[in-house]
Amino acid sequence: MEIRPIVSSLKKHRIPTLLIVLQIALACAVLCNAVFMISGRVKQMRLSNAMDEQGLVSVSLQGTDPKLIGSDTQRNLAALRSIAGVQAVSVVHTLPLTNNNWGWSFGITPDSSVTDQKNTNVTLYFVGQDFQSAMGLQLREGRYFNDSEYVDNAINNAALPNTHVVIITDALSKQLWPGQSALGKTLYSKPNYYTVVGVVADVLRPRLWTSNESKSYYNAFFPVGADDVMRNYVLRSTPADRDRVLQQAVEKLQATSPQAVVKGATFQSIRDKYYADTNSMVWILVLVCAVMLAVTAFGIVGLTSFWVGQRRRQIGIRRAVGATRADILNYFRTENFLLSSAGVVLGMVMAYGVNLYLMKQYELDRMPWYYLPFGALALWLIGQVAVSGPAMRAAAVPPVVATQPT
Amino acid sequence: MMGYYMDLALRSLRHNKVLTALMVLAIAVGIGASMTTLTVMHLLSGNPLPGKSDSIFYAQIDANPPLSPSHHNEPPDMLDYQSAVDLWSAHKADRQTLVVESPVKIAAQDVQQPPSMGMLLSPTADFFTMFNVPFQYGGPWSADDDTHRSRVAVISADLNDKLYGGANSVGRVLRLHDADVRIVGVLKPWRPTPQFYYVVGGRFSHGQTADYYAKPQDVFTPFFTSLQINDGNFEQFNCWEAPKVAGHLVGAGCVWIGLWVELGSAAKVASYRNFLADYAAQQKAAGRIGYADNTRLRNLMDWLAFNQVVPSDVRLQTWLALSFLLICLCNTVGLLLVKFLRRGGEIGIRRALGASRKQIFMQCLFEAGAIGVLGGTCGWLLTLLGLQWVRAQPVAYADLAHMDLVMFGSTFLLAVLVSLLAGTLPALHASRIAPALQLKTL
Repeated sequence: MEIRPIVSSLKKHRIPTLLIVLQIALACAVLCNAVFMISGRVKQMRLSNAMDEQGLVSVSLQGTDPKLIGSDTQRNLAALRSIAGVQAVSVVHTLPLTNNNWGWSFGITPDSSVTDQKNTNVTLYFVGQDFQSAMGLQLREGRYFNDSEYVDNAINNAALPNTHVVIITDALSKQLWPGQSALGKTLYSKPNYYTVVGVVADVLRPRLWTSNESKSYYNAFFPVGADDVMRNYVLRSTPADRDRVLQQAVEKLQATSPQAVVKGATFQSIRDKYYADTNSMVWILVLVCAVMLAVTAFGIVGLTSFWVGQRRRQIGIRRAVGATRADILNYFRTENFLLSSAGVVLGMVMAYGVNLYLMKQYELDRMPWYYLPFGALALWLIGQVAVSGPAMRAAAVPPVVATQPT
Repeated sequence: MMGYYMDLALRSLRHNKVLTALMVLAIAVGIGASMTTLTVMHLLSGNPLPGKSDSIFYAQIDANPPLSPSHHNEPPDMLDYQSAVDLWSAHKADRQTLVVESPVKIAAQDVQQPPSMGMLLSPTADFFTMFNVPFQYGGPWSADDDTHRSRVAVISADLNDKLYGGANSVGRVLRLHDADVRIVGVLKPWRPTPQFYYVVGGRFSHGQTADYYAKPQDVFTPFFTSLQINDGNFEQFNCWEAPKVAGHLVGAGCVWIGLWVELGSAAKVASYRNFLADYAAQQKAAGRIGYADNTRLRNLMDWLAFNQVVPSDVRLQTWLALSFLLICLCNTVGLLLVKFLRRGGEIGIRRALGASRKQIFMQCLFEAGAIGVLGGTCGWLLTLLGLQWVRAQPVAYADLAHMDLVMFGSTFLLAVLVSLLAGTLPALHASRIAPALQLKTL
């Protein structure tokens, strides 16, 4: 296809040409960055979590007498176990994605204290007996806690529990002791120390690290018997029984402690709540991209339709002197391809610039290079689809038009 | 003449209905998206204490002990107990209040409702006058109540509605944690935006600051009273050594209390700055703190800016919407331009029959303006729809989303501006059409 006549024709319509190129460029820049942001957020929402989420419900019990927590907990656990369909019950102090984070920093040498800069920041999960079946965890190495390890272990208003055993996640084990088994190794935070007895598959933290995916899995589980912080009862059942189990569990606990504040939630709803604003931002971005591309496409349709109308006579003459329908079709397709190309080249530069700005202002990551050609390809395709309608109409112009006055 | 131009414009618009609809729609969605995000931005970045914010200051010293690993160039966002109480009890400012927030169990003895968890704010008496907090019933507690640790409380309108059905509850007794307090005041509905008196840690939040726009706390009790009744439930902002008893931070190596002061004149501000510096120097000399020259006294708006209170998602959405509007604008200008130029013949005839350039320009501008007005009106409706949608979002500021008078006017201004922008260039071009050339091609 000869490009020269197309270019000289476009030169005659300089301003509309510039406008459509600018529009495509802007759309390309916004599209690349928006898709990059969407993918980052979707990746965050899809972070794996090695626990049985489907059948899990949690009931929190606040505002009961701390002095009675030992007997209360035993009574409550027994009451919850008696609910039909419950497969496992335990009590913990927090769950993944609840925003209730108890962080601490540990080192791997005996002289590590909590304020050491080279320590690793870890979430502490204080867990009661049978937490592994209630939460549905997966053991990778070693063992879970013995019953005796729970007895008399408490936190008693301190910052750390008085036990000496710990179970950590796979990601934390790889961070602290890369290439080695963590079993038998020790976490230190003067004067406390904890020996690793087991490693479980990666469970999410109560609050995720947006900047570093594997940091979202740095968890340590400590066995705790009766303690004032242990106020989240977790129950596992089949997903079908889940909602009924939740309702009965709330009723039971409220009945046994009428003065307490009882709140229940399925883990699914905890997850939904945690990701709610991420989710809504994703939909905003998707919506904006869709409407933006539609506006761009209709802009191309409108502009090309006008040009086709304007050039009816010329098209007729070209047809009369021997141009085939395919030639006319190709003319408009090539014209659109040139416009899109100019647009996406400018757009890719703009997209890169926008990304640099966002990195500086909003702590976004660098956009991988392949987003740029992807955005370009998308706009080329949209351009070609949009132009095909008017181009077909142009191709359908009969040669006889050449002989008619306009 | 105007009527004639309008008639011409409508005729032309009716001539190609699909195209007209397309242009109107493009402007409408562009304006709808931009105005929705700009409205949210406007609401979230406003001044929560207009007329007074210049005289309200957030006082900071670096309470880290010598060689503390948690020392940075910026002092911690909050104070430790001793510094906070020393600075507060010096009463060097016109007004001053401490602030700390903690979760608390709330029960009302004489009401048949299960207890609930709520948030407790522990300020001192000046808080209510300093921050223009409106009262429905009763009033704030007195300075004596602060020092005597009186068991008194002020409750929010929401809590009053929930517990007492909105009736005057002054004098009734509320159970907080395990202590009884007497209600002395009930607030009017009060929604400071953001919850400016408790904005801390913005620089560590990675832009996720939506929770700064949460509703005020449910209950307010005097600072020193709260330390007694809700002991064990306070949370540290940061610590250089672990507290011996979790939630009991008096005397612990932690920062957890904010100090706000009201200073009525520049001279008072300067002298308070000196006071802070002197206090820090004196404490350093005593060996208690390690970094004497690390004090700050930012006014309210500077403190909010320092904490970047507007969530980064909202700022991103605003940029997104504005670039979207630009795309829609390009689109409309391009379409109008080709539309006018396509009518070159018609314009040529008009010019030949005596229409001046200015008249052609006005005729085209009327057509563009009509599209702008239609687009603007639809855009305004879309903005209302957009705000409705924001209200349904799961964010702390959702209930704030509404269109105020300023934004109502701005929307109209934007619509007019956009339509003029969209219309001027094509109209200018159309009016430059040389009549002779056009007539020749007819």
